[in-house]
Amino acid sequence: MSDVADRVRKIVVEHLGVEEAKVVENASFIDDLGADSLDTVELVMAFEEEFGIEIPDDAAETIQTFGDAVKFISSAQ
Amino acid sequence: MFDLTGKNALITGASGGIGGSIAHALHGAGATVALSGTRVEPLEALAAELGSRAHVLPCNLSDAEAVTALPKQAAEAMGSVDILVNNAGITRDNIFMRMSEEEWSSVLDVNLTSTMRLCKGVMRGMMKARWGRIVNISSVVGATGNPGQANYAASKAGMVGMSKSIAYEVASRGITVNCIAPGFIATAMTEKLNDEQKAAILGQIPAGRMGDAQEIGAAVLYLASPEAAYVTGATLHVNGGMAML
Repeated sequence: MSDVADRVRKIVVEHLGVEEAKVVENASFIDDLGADSLDTVELVMAFEEEFGIEIPDDAAETIQTFGDAVKFISSAQ
Repeated sequence: MFDLTGKNALITGASGGIGGSIAHALHGAGATVALSGTRVEPLEALAAELGSRAHVLPCNLSDAEAVTALPKQAAEAMGSVDILVNNAGITRDNIFMRMSEEEWSSVLDVNLTSTMRLCKGVMRGMMKARWGRIVNISSVVGATGNPGQANYAASKAGMVGMSKSIAYEVASRGITVNCIAPGFIATAMTEKLNDEQKAAILGQIPAGRMGDAQEIGAAVLYLASPEAAYVTGATLHVNGGMAML
């Protein structure tokens, strides 16, 4: 995967304290990586900062998995 | 105790008696303050009185865009907003049978909706900092009701329910959200009451006197302090015993 994926993975690992190997394409932040709803808000905030983009609330709601995040950010850049 | 050195506080309604006392209390404990209100002159006067560490940010709370911009302006002026005190409020009293939709919505807009907007505006910074204090100034009337104030009482009770809900959501991030419910506080507004009205009010207050604005400032200082980290979702009643809740 791309550079975006590596940076997103790093943020997820740091924020949620999960093993890097678990952060796979279909990994759901809430169901698989132990995030609560506030964690997902904070992840979006961290993505916005890392990539210098703005993720509106309705778009943020569609970002459920690691793959979703990478896809969204790649297209937003 | 109650040292706020290095903390930045945004206070709405700072041009009023209670807001001014809140600003004095937080500033006196070392905080940098951003003073907001509709009237620029009293804000400038208060800032001059406080000296350093005081910023003036006029804002009309019935203007949604201005409200949304206020936390950003405060963060730009001070570096961050660590403490938010929603103190501004208006009344448009009328008996319920005669209360217009406009009287209802203007009070709800300024007292409740602007509080929501400001809470939202400061949350991101507080979440990141893993520290934050929100103190919403409610009223005894929100808990007891008051004839002629269905709109005001609803806005102040709404503040309590909203604060508790936000408190739940952000407690794990080191952010507390509390309310203070003042009873009768001696301000320019209560000075206009005649002796008969004053006597009637005092008859309801076990302490036998009106509260001093400084007594609200002290309560805010406590809830804003690091020492109050374990107090959240609470309503602190400061009313001389007139309603023991």
